Amino acid sequence: MCLRLLVILILVCLPLPGHAADPEYGYPITGSYEATILGTPPALMPELPARIPLRQLVLKVLPDRKTPAVFFYNDGLRCTLAYQKKKAPLVFLIAGAGSNDRSFKLMTMMRALYAAGFHVITLPSTTHANFIISASRGGVPGDLTEDAADMYRAMQIAWEKVSGDIEVSDFYLGGYSLGAAQAAFVAKLDEESRVFNFKKVLLINPPVSLYSSVTRIEEMLKQIPGGPKKQGVFFNRMLSRFSEFYSYGNYVAINDDFLYAIYQEKLFSREETAGLIGLTFRINLAGMIFASDVITNSGYVVPKNRVLKPDDSLSDYFLVSTHLSFYEYLNEYLYPYFAKQQPGLTKEAFIESLSLKSIEGYLKSSGKFGVMTNENDFILTKAELDYLRVVFEGRITVYPRGGHLGNLEYRDNLARLVGFFKEAEVQP
Amino acid sequence: MRRDMLRLLAVLTLGLSLAGCASTREASLAEVRPWHSIKEFRDQRMADVADPWEGFNRSMYRFNFNLDRYLLLPVVEGYEYLTPRFVQKRVSGIFNNLSELRNLTNSIFQLKGTESATTLGRFLTNSTLGLAGMFDPATSFGLARRDQDFGKTLGYWGAASGPYLVLPFFGPSSVRDTAGLAVDSGITYGIYTVVDPFAATGNSLAYSAGLTALEGVDMRHQQSFRYYESGYPFEYYMVRFLYHEKREIETGKALPAEPDP
Repeated sequence: MCLRLLVILILVCLPLPGHAADPEYGYPITGSYEATILGTPPALMPELPARIPLRQLVLKVLPDRKTPAVFFYNDGLRCTLAYQKKKAPLVFLIAGAGSNDRSFKLMTMMRALYAAGFHVITLPSTTHANFIISASRGGVPGDLTEDAADMYRAMQIAWEKVSGDIEVSDFYLGGYSLGAAQAAFVAKLDEESRVFNFKKVLLINPPVSLYSSVTRIEEMLKQIPGGPKKQGVFFNRMLSRFSEFYSYGNYVAINDDFLYAIYQEKLFSREETAGLIGLTFRINLAGMIFASDVITNSGYVVPKNRVLKPDDSLSDYFLVSTHLSFYEYLNEYLYPYFAKQQPGLTKEAFIESLSLKSIEGYLKSSGKFGVMTNENDFILTKAELDYLRVVFEGRITVYPRGGHLGNLEYRDNLARLVGFFKEAEVQP
Repeated sequence: MRRDMLRLLAVLTLGLSLAGCASTREASLAEVRPWHSIKEFRDQRMADVADPWEGFNRSMYRFNFNLDRYLLLPVVEGYEYLTPRFVQKRVSGIFNNLSELRNLTNSIFQLKGTESATTLGRFLTNSTLGLAGMFDPATSFGLARRDQDFGKTLGYWGAASGPYLVLPFFGPSSVRDTAGLAVDSGITYGIYTVVDPFAATGNSLAYSAGLTALEGVDMRHQQSFRYYESGYPFEYYMVRFLYHEKREIETGKALPAEPDP
């Protein structure tokens, strides 16, 4: 939701005329930041069924975990199932950082796959509060290996819950952004345990190194006046510009026309657009930091041993958590947690482990992977994009534009997504 | 029926206070100062809204969550299960058409001539051609809906929103908008009393009670928001901010000019 909030504020769903320089690929928005925020104009999305049979799964993954009172509304791990009435392959989809099982992107992918005849189960990101509270054994998200193990367990419990009701022929796996990197690690785990024996795994806009990708997002916040520590001032300034624009323009409502006008008039500069993306990232990160801190009683932003009640104000924690960077989380919280468990683990080695490079041999040798990403995805450096091209040679599609996930809902991209799972299996 | 409702409400409210007691009993260990605290940051609060009654508002937010969970959503789901989608849309259409009266009175209060005429045109068109609002031909004639209410009227004439307020059932509001809601309900009630559409039935009260209940169900049916659905720990602040900002923008109040960086 939170990722959507800022997006709603700025601009969504533009009825853009479909002009593009490249006749081969019709996704229209050229700027990487703009594409990331705007997404795909509705006219360029494929027609998908509006209503599909869904079942909300609420899973008890950790029977011994006592939910803290402040999270009283959290009744278990929330996953969503879309089911066919006949035998079909089941696709597990993992959300990107900070998103839950009903994120807009997951639901679009789910509808596209359902329409093509698949069962689908969507899962929240391990960085979403619901996962941290309900399914994370350590309660400290950020390590690809450990998060993948938690995710794999959650998938098994979800499967146990529905296995009596649906008929499954094969298991597939997919994920976007952070969820894509996790999908690769989950696939590797599955090679050993063989619970699902995934036949195909699709990575959509994956990072190569988490540290490198996050660095690039954090850089975007550094461009705002006063730096990230003045993000509140920045946010309020952007907001007042947004409001003024609305009141002077005599618009009927905050709708497509209004949002299109914002885009046309270039209300926000490139730096400001980048700053808003960085801020969205921070707002998501804040939810993760707070939930993890409460679950582990680490005394990071909430005083150690304080028991928060359901109606307690969280306002100060909100302010503090949104002002913490990923570096602070890594250096003060995440790395120390793992260094304590594995004495001798250097920070450099830890950071290196948070990368697809650490399982490169497997990724290269396995024929089950497919990758979709964009030339101008800002979470990748040029060298990282080249790295993906080499490792996934012949199995990667790089689109000329789309930013980070901006073109995911574009009709060609969704057709590719469905096509990947429809194609005959690649024999190893 | 009414007494059952009251009893249910009592149970819900009691459930809240009991949950409160249960959680205060734990925790005997001494608190330790956290690594990061509010003192180290010199920044404006982002998405800040005046909320002096946050404790009350949060408990109301939670009350609505429980009201939804144990009463409203099961009823709405039953309604959605029993009636065909076609019927649901017509029911929504009828109530949306009736609420044009609220839009009309308030655009008149704001002396907005064109808008009042448009809304009146909509109401007349949809009440007749649209079969009492079941269909919406007005929109295809270019008469766009303009939502108005007395809260916006007050805002239009310069009243500030006042502190944030979460109302039972209705959800996010403000002091000004709560007053607006009371006035709008009064006017609607007045119109119903004068017109008395069920006078001929001889049981006017029962019919209007049934109608009000259906209106409530339809209202929740049309509203896709679910309390705590995001799972984001700071959802309360996000919802508060979005509600407030939407109202400010719609009453035509721009924020103070951009401060210097």
